Amino acid sequence: MSPQPVETLKGFAVTFRKIFGKPITQQYPEYKRPLYPRFRGRHRLWRHENGLEKCVGCSLCAAACPADCIRVVAAENTPVNRVSAGERYARIYEINLSRCIFCGYCELACPFDAITLEHEFELSEYSRDDLIYTKDMLLAEPIKRVPVADRDLYDTPTPYYKEAS
Amino acid sequence: MSPEPWWISLIKAILIINLVMVAFAYMTWLERKVLGRMQERYGPNRAGPFGLLQPIADLVKLLRKEHFYPAAAIDILYIGMPALAGFTALASFAVIPWGPGWDIGGYFVGGWIIDVPIALILLFALGSLGIYAFMVGGWASESKYSLLGSMRTCAQMVSYEVALALSVLGVVMMGQSLSLVDIVHKQQETGWFIGPQFIGLLVFFIAGIAETNRPPFDLPEAETELVAGYHTEYSGMRFGLFSTAEYINMITLSGLAVTLFLGGWDGPWDLGPLWFILKLGAFLFVFIWLRATLPRLRYDQLMRFGWKVLLPVATINAVITAVLVVAV
Repeated sequence: MSPQPVETLKGFAVTFRKIFGKPITQQYPEYKRPLYPRFRGRHRLWRHENGLEKCVGCSLCAAACPADCIRVVAAENTPVNRVSAGERYARIYEINLSRCIFCGYCELACPFDAITLEHEFELSEYSRDDLIYTKDMLLAEPIKRVPVADRDLYDTPTPYYKEAS
Repeated sequence: MSPEPWWISLIKAILIINLVMVAFAYMTWLERKVLGRMQERYGPNRAGPFGLLQPIADLVKLLRKEHFYPAAAIDILYIGMPALAGFTALASFAVIPWGPGWDIGGYFVGGWIIDVPIALILLFALGSLGIYAFMVGGWASESKYSLLGSMRTCAQMVSYEVALALSVLGVVMMGQSLSLVDIVHKQQETGWFIGPQFIGLLVFFIAGIAETNRPPFDLPEAETELVAGYHTEYSGMRFGLFSTAEYINMITLSGLAVTLFLGGWDGPWDLGPLWFILKLGAFLFVFIWLRATLPRLRYDQLMRFGWKVLLPVATINAVITAVLVVAV
């Protein structure tokens, strides 16, 4: 390759011009990119409208899981203790999120739409044990741990695909 | 007006060491900031306003880090070399003049820590000594990446040191002295040497980039191929000392270029050291600019460029200058 002094100088001009331009960086904790509707984040277990759990403890999600991170222990529903709509319910339902690869196969495998992958992705913890989510945690509304003081001011703006409809 | 007693030099030395260290710290900040802007990023902006406390945060991080070292490393050399690098880098700034000198309390206080008649040779000697730190440090850490980095450092430094020394030969002949203070005084009489020695400045600057391992000549630490070159196995403040040495070498080299080619503290108005600082800043900006613009050279390109382009150009420049100095 022969020397190309003019092109090299053009390169210098480009880098110099860029100093006065605006950076395209998005400042993460303050500004959050809108998520796509099919984004796969933290799991959520759902209840029926009458308060019964949708999960019947069939373990199909655990069987489908390629990372083997779901643990289900089922128990029989009794008239006294009726937890789910089916015959059985999940006595223990744990997801180890440090192993989970967020592939969404559990969601596909579930015959009752009991488990879905939601939009929560800020899952940092100081300890690995804290990443094992129990059934209570998965059934509850996710706790927003947004690292800014004023959430209303800095929360995710409405995505364009929601604005249009 | 009596000459300078030893204790004034000592005070100046302590002052300058601290100033150079601060300059180094904020050089890292400036580099990350400017480089970020050139790449459409913000650079550090979390620690303090405009990220101004970032160097302090970095220092605390480096000091608190584990001082890991490989079991196979040769202890004395491995631990001693960062200190040698830092020492030679700081020591070489001593001879660079930054002001004309002032009359304070009956004493003449020069704008330099010490004015030795062989300042230029001293600088190159200290620079060569500093290279040992990079070479031996990488070799003593018993790692293949470090060793490769050291080998590259060795070859690159040896090749470019020749061109670097030859490029200042013209200035020495025109200034008729090896003392940097005398060279600046000469430039005040005859005009800056950037005009007659422009090729000298170009060769000096390019060889200087290679000497300080800055992109596009950063082969000794090419992070994409060698992890980090000679300081792969260094962590914590030992790594910090190496990078300190590197940045201070860059500042010293810019200072030397300002002194030799741009008339040092000389300027249209007498602003004291401000002219020197302004010119120094301009050179440092060019260093950052180069890093943002040019990709790294391949190893054979580097060697070919050093021996077949820079060295002949520097030699011819020196010969022509010699002929003209004698003839005129």
